[in-house]
Amino acid sequence: MAEDMITMEVARYRPELESEPVTQSYEVPLRKEWAVLDGLNYIKDHLDGTLSFRWSCRMGICGSCGMTVNGDPQLTCATFLSEYAPGPVRVEPMRNFPVVRDLIVDIGDFMNKLPTVRPWLVRTEDEPVEDGEYLQTPLEMEEYQQYSMCINCMLCYSACPVYALDPDFVGPAAIALAQRYNLDSRDEGARDRRDVLTSAEGVWACTFVGECSTACPKDVDPAGAIQRYKLTAATNAIWDFLLPRGAR
Amino acid sequence: MTATPRPYQRPVSLLWWVRRRSYLIFALRELSSVFVAWFVVYLLLLVAAIDSGDAAYQRFLDWSGHAWVVLLNAVSLLFLLLHAVTWFGLAPKAIVVRSRGRRVPPRTISAAHYLLWVLLSAFVVWVVLR
Repeated sequence: MAEDMITMEVARYRPELESEPVTQSYEVPLRKEWAVLDGLNYIKDHLDGTLSFRWSCRMGICGSCGMTVNGDPQLTCATFLSEYAPGPVRVEPMRNFPVVRDLIVDIGDFMNKLPTVRPWLVRTEDEPVEDGEYLQTPLEMEEYQQYSMCINCMLCYSACPVYALDPDFVGPAAIALAQRYNLDSRDEGARDRRDVLTSAEGVWACTFVGECSTACPKDVDPAGAIQRYKLTAATNAIWDFLLPRGAR
Repeated sequence: MTATPRPYQRPVSLLWWVRRRSYLIFALRELSSVFVAWFVVYLLLLVAAIDSGDAAYQRFLDWSGHAWVVLLNAVSLLFLLLHAVTWFGLAPKAIVVRSRGRRVPPRTISAAHYLLWVLLSAFVVWVVLR
């Protein structure tokens, strides 16, 4: 019996050939255990070696294979072809990023923004190594754990209309990662992150569309992180206004 | 020879906000601010009319009875409801409270907002009908 096939409509952009992306269709086997990424790899290996796309771990951890599948931002390794049967499956690069080639986008903007929120443990003074680890209760860990699940896949940027309209927006993942450290009991860097987060391009640019949290494959809920920081920022501003400088 | 990199930037379509339900609700919510502002103006006009005596208040009531004012206020009310409901949807995301070491469930925070809304509305109804 002939194997079931499904049509994949893949966006191609070869800057030396095209001035804007075109669609190319490929027939790939429809196997129930195949993710969209397996379909793309089948194309690359058997049908058309010129197709370019990013991928690495195939298990939803590396965050490399984010693309737009039938209009939705998805990790292609975690989205199964059978969900789109009988097809066609439309695969396009992530939205809101410049397309370098085929399904590959330029992620430079995110990479430049990420360090501005200092996504690492900031300490004013490190404890001596002999004192051992910085201990944390399970409750203290629970405070930030959800945000630490971010894999920098940038699907949230792809889903965010604010980022589409205002590319200077710091963006969902970077703000969620800032919160991941702000809420960590070992961290002392909340004040250092404040200027970036409360700037016009920070949390206040967000209008709570909520699509970032819908798109997030790791349930980080960046939209929640941003709204929560808005409250923190507003409370901080009130305290700054009420308290004398020395007492802040 | 290597090709000069020429990244393609997809243009944002003028009608991007009708593409998804969440985008549409977002656009409508942004628009709702205009109607919130209108209700503030309407309330100030009402207060000013009451302050200016019976005749002015009666003129305000007559003006409020015009079909277009009623229609505008009805549309404003719908937008205000959308504004309030989406705002209450945001509240449990922003407010994270702990009680006896446990996080108060988002649903409780939501419910508290709605409860407060009902109580305040009941108070207003009581003031009006008293």
